[in-house]
Amino acid sequence: MRMTGAEALIKSLERESVDVIFGYPGGVVLPIYDALYDCKTIRHVLVRHEQCAGHAADAYARATGKVGVCLVTSGPGATNLVTGIANAWMDSIPMVAITGQVATTVLGTDAFQEADITGITLPITKHNYLVKDVNQLPTIIRQAFALAKSGRPGPVLIDIPSDISKAEIDFKYPEDLVIPGYKPVYKGHAKQIKEAAKLLAKAEKPIIYAGGGINKSEAWRELKDIAEILEAPVTTTLMGKGAFPDDHPLSVGMPGMHGTRYANYAIMDSDLILAVGVRFDDRVTGKISTFAPHATIVHIDIDPAEISKNVVVDLPIVGDAKIVLKDLIAAVNKIDKPYADKSRWHAMIKEWKTKYPLHYHQDGQIRPEYVIEMISKLTKGKDTIVTTGVGQNQMWSAQFYRCNTPRSFISSGGLGTMGFGLPAAVGAQIGRPDAVVVDIDGDGSIQMVSQELATVAANKLPIIIAILDNRYLGMIRQWQELFYNRRYSQSDLDVGTPDFVKLAEAYGVKGIRVTQIEDVEKTLKGAIESREPILIDFMVAREENVFPMVAPGTSIDEMLGGVPGAAISQMIDEEVEEEGERDETYPVGTRGK
Amino acid sequence: MKHILSVLVENKPGVLARVSGLFSRRGFNIDSLAVGPTEDPDTSRMTIVVDADDLRLEQITKQLHKLVNVLKISDLDPRDSVERELVLMKVNAAPNMRPEIVETANIFRANIIDVSKNTLTIEITGTADKIQALEDLLRSYGIKELVRTGKVALARGKLAEV
Repeated sequence: MRMTGAEALIKSLERESVDVIFGYPGGVVLPIYDALYDCKTIRHVLVRHEQCAGHAADAYARATGKVGVCLVTSGPGATNLVTGIANAWMDSIPMVAITGQVATTVLGTDAFQEADITGITLPITKHNYLVKDVNQLPTIIRQAFALAKSGRPGPVLIDIPSDISKAEIDFKYPEDLVIPGYKPVYKGHAKQIKEAAKLLAKAEKPIIYAGGGINKSEAWRELKDIAEILEAPVTTTLMGKGAFPDDHPLSVGMPGMHGTRYANYAIMDSDLILAVGVRFDDRVTGKISTFAPHATIVHIDIDPAEISKNVVVDLPIVGDAKIVLKDLIAAVNKIDKPYADKSRWHAMIKEWKTKYPLHYHQDGQIRPEYVIEMISKLTKGKDTIVTTGVGQNQMWSAQFYRCNTPRSFISSGGLGTMGFGLPAAVGAQIGRPDAVVVDIDGDGSIQMVSQELATVAANKLPIIIAILDNRYLGMIRQWQELFYNRRYSQSDLDVGTPDFVKLAEAYGVKGIRVTQIEDVEKTLKGAIESREPILIDFMVAREENVFPMVAPGTSIDEMLGGVPGAAISQMIDEEVEEEGERDETYPVGTRGK
Repeated sequence: MKHILSVLVENKPGVLARVSGLFSRRGFNIDSLAVGPTEDPDTSRMTIVVDADDLRLEQITKQLHKLVNVLKISDLDPRDSVERELVLMKVNAAPNMRPEIVETANIFRANIIDVSKNTLTIEITGTADKIQALEDLLRSYGIKELVRTGKVALARGKLAEV
């Protein structure tokens, strides 16, 4: 069929079952937008800044498991999208980013709105393409989608010059896919799996360290099965939140810098770590040289380059989490029971859980943790997606939101992109229209993307934007308090922060300010029931800190705070501060053996 | 330890940038890199010399494998491979010194490829040791300019193929 490159692009996207594009038009993508005008099958969601097209597509992918698609123009459109791509890259999210480019005839001449976006995104894409021949376009799109979603997923960028969009082509979508240099391994090595099963059966103090890879390969059932068969506690990373139910008795919550004390102690005391779909990020491991000194480490990952990248592992298994776990369960089941006795291990963990629960000050002020607990309570049992900004709001959400279903916690992990929360909520709500979507955000984060209130309003998305408003860059302030002698350099936002209620109203979104703790629950309840866009500005205790905390560069069992009643906790006590007794050493390694 | 990686890549625009960019952003040092098309015009072979311990080399190789345009990587064992480098040296050579320099070049089976009033340009091919030896000898005359291709290498033919 004879058609233009732009029409072929749309046809190809249809063939890839794309139903939503997040985008923003511009000069060189006009032919594509013109072709889109006639397209009945693909919904285009107009964002108000290209970065947010990336984040929305990213969150759409996380919420649905499909490939997220975004479309922007050349030059500034493409460079604005860079943060969106980098975010998807760091969290291994399947995304296809389509950028317009100046015509091939002027490529390389610093033409108007020209930017070398394939060059710029080389380090942050799984692969990228500059289309120089319109006949290659369908093949490139086919390859881009295959690359984005297979193996270790990631963003793929396609840069389409304007003359390619206008050129004519005999459209035929390729059936065959040939990418000679790309052969992801899905099935784990049988011998390694057998070896791992033996280690698992023998382990007296095992722990499963599960991450985003579980969500990507949809290995939720397998993870639960192996944990229950082995009676192994499970710690889920920020990216793995939802992969294992937080309310499951074997769950020990998040590990690492703001993880639970019991997760970190369990890692440090374990004799075996089964790491699945994780990459031993520095926020999880803390000081590498002291990480899990007694543990034999089995690492399952689809990306061979993650094996022994940060922490040298004892038994690597390269493959897809779901497939490998299935085989591993079969191998474990072949080993005669009983497996090693873990009653002592469970008793230890139980003791830590009792001694060091996540907790916060309850003094009548609105504590941010309380707001999140309320969100957790009121959405329990409902199809819910929580998105977050980055900083304290994100860490409190990870700690206090009880996440029991997959694809229901969406946060910027690797890149730590402030401003992710609101566009992510847009993408999530578009992908799952019936879900209750709550953006738990910070006053700093949301100001980076507040223009997206227009997208929320225009699409009547019933998102609940819950701002934990402390008028600080809270995490920055916390670090300055703890490590920079309370020199609050550039972290106080009090002067200049807009009236968020009025801001919401300016966009036609309902805004409510909550200043009293007794209003928190009923306001949230009303918001969840209303099914309309709403922004709630929670005026929270300003100097609340996230605890426990592993200070940068220290071992993960050397945590600050998180000990009920101890001096350094989020209860950092006004009295202590006033008396100037802050020089006391932090409690170190208080775990009981 | 020095390793010679022979990397077969698709002969497409930007592939060199992908490979060299990967080395620099992941903090791997390249000693030398030589690239050109192979017997198949659709593929190119890069010979990359890196100085890295085993763990680091493993990480380099795995990261390289993730590049979609990279088809095959071999870590060439010096015992089972042949390597060559080509070097051009422009040496100070007043007319009275010429015979001496030519003689030295001949011993190394190097070629004189250009002569001017006061210089000789010498081409030498060989292993690093041989080239280094000639370079050391010629240094006393004064080397005005020097350029090297970087190492190229191939695995030796298997005995069965001989």
